[in-house]
Amino acid sequence: MSKTIGKTRKVSISKLFVYLLLLIAAILSVFPFYWMFVMAANHNSAINAVPPAFIPGKQLVENFQNVLSNIDFFGAMWNSLVVASVTTAGVLILCSLAGFAFAKFQFKGKNLLFIFLLVTMMVPPQLGLIPQYYIITKLDWVNDLKAIIVPGMIDAFGIFWMRQYISSNVPDELIDAAKIDGCSNFRIYWNIAVPVIIPAFATLAIIKFMYMWNDFLWPLVVLREESSYTIQIALRNLIDNYVRDNGMILSGTFWATVPLIIIFLLFNRMFIQSLTQGAVKS
Amino acid sequence: MAQPQLQPQTEAKSVPAKPSPGKKRPFFHLSEKKKDALSGYLYISPFYLLFAVFGLFPMLFSFYLGFQKWNGLGEMEFVGLQNFRFVLSDPIFWKSLFNTAAIGIIGTLPQLIIGIILAYALNSALLKFKSFFRVSIFMPYVTSTVAVAIVFGVMFNSQDFGLVNVVLNWLGFDSVSWSTSEWGVKIAISTMVFWRWVGYNTIIYLAGLQGIPNDLYEAAKIDGASIRQQIQYITIPMLKPIIILTVFLSTIGAMQLFTEPLVFLGRSFREEGITVVLYLYREAFSNMAFGTASATAIILFFIIIVLSSINVFFTNRIGR
Repeated sequence: MSKTIGKTRKVSISKLFVYLLLLIAAILSVFPFYWMFVMAANHNSAINAVPPAFIPGKQLVENFQNVLSNIDFFGAMWNSLVVASVTTAGVLILCSLAGFAFAKFQFKGKNLLFIFLLVTMMVPPQLGLIPQYYIITKLDWVNDLKAIIVPGMIDAFGIFWMRQYISSNVPDELIDAAKIDGCSNFRIYWNIAVPVIIPAFATLAIIKFMYMWNDFLWPLVVLREESSYTIQIALRNLIDNYVRDNGMILSGTFWATVPLIIIFLLFNRMFIQSLTQGAVKS
Repeated sequence: MAQPQLQPQTEAKSVPAKPSPGKKRPFFHLSEKKKDALSGYLYISPFYLLFAVFGLFPMLFSFYLGFQKWNGLGEMEFVGLQNFRFVLSDPIFWKSLFNTAAIGIIGTLPQLIIGIILAYALNSALLKFKSFFRVSIFMPYVTSTVAVAIVFGVMFNSQDFGLVNVVLNWLGFDSVSWSTSEWGVKIAISTMVFWRWVGYNTIIYLAGLQGIPNDLYEAAKIDGASIRQQIQYITIPMLKPIIILTVFLSTIGAMQLFTEPLVFLGRSFREEGITVVLYLYREAFSNMAFGTASATAIILFFIIIVLSSINVFFTNRIGR
């Protein structure tokens, strides 16, 4: 009798420890978001006091108005949205077509081309940075969102991912049957493969969209005029070009982050699943 | 030099010619096999065409540019190994390499260890509020790096009102000059990296842990294995491929660290926090020295190859 009591007590203590650990981790993970909000809603003087403000003040609207007078916040958000969604749409089409070809067609040099594709995934993107910039200037695409969108369509991982998914989820028998019925290859892709690979589309879309939304180095290099800035570049400009008004700066950061957080909270299951699948399988 | 970039292009372009049916047969009499091949080439060609222009050509051209002196506007001038000599004898380059390694280790190693511990905790049976914990811990990953760097930049303000200094003072320590001191800068940047990625790794480990069949634990329990033995002989070995993956990805990610130090340091490119990619960026777009910047890119490329090979080598050894 006493033995079982001791055991349950031990279990509950270790359980308490697990909860405590996770609670601390959760608080530390979420705290910077809270703090971003606190600063976004306070006047600079309250932020620069010792100790600084720990609860939200009343400056939320005013700080954001300051942001709007310093940078084209909505323009930059719009640019980011355009860049990320157009690139994502393009990548979904190109990668699913190429993945379909690698998975289901026989052609000369296929293996070699595929290995080449895998090798390109190992090269750090900075290697080609300078000639890429030079090409963009030659094409006269500096300050043009095309400079981000077109090179962004290159996605070796996307093709690899689609090939894996199509190989294991689109049965050969179905394709053969469609062929006997006289289906063209594109119709097979469109009517048979595409409906089956919707989950793969979702995963790739989330990964690509987030990558493009957060990309910083390349937009920094090719977008030099304020009208073409993506939100990341605009935010960076906010801290570099103006007097350090932290309330204003964090207000910009906060409002740029809120949409992402809302989308994440709505689709968190899908997000987490996608990003783990994408990482674990690559 | 322009030739290599043409290769995939010509290959893709020559395709329509290859299955061309000859004059006797009309087009729609292509054999099934040739039709498939034609579609195949057609579907993969956009990638290879785009890659030829915006990927392969720039990479190869970088290797050419590494041996030239060029400011992006005037004539190129062949200078042999001079760019490499310049970079390798530049103390700032070595400083940037050291910084990259230091920030990489401080930012990554604890992240992986704590990630495993958190994943283990999240995976424990009968846990309530599981999805609440999972979502909170994963949330930092969804934020952009720039936003993270800005928020942490304000938290790691060197003044007494900087949040981290307030906490330090409260605990009885002196304020740290986070934006100028040798290790202050590194710790601040490492913290940003740590915070943004620890949840991501936790979730990946969690996915790995959930892939381990429960039967193994049941069998071990019947054999009288302690929890520590279960972790040592089941969890860690079964999780090994995923641990290797995360080590691999974070090593490569750490070598390419750029956004956090740039946003945190501002336009000063302070020595305490300059990383290899930041050094490269500074050479190219502040000093307009495209040759030395390309040489730096080539050196970085080889460093990443070496590190990846070391990773693969150890992976193979541990596997045995």
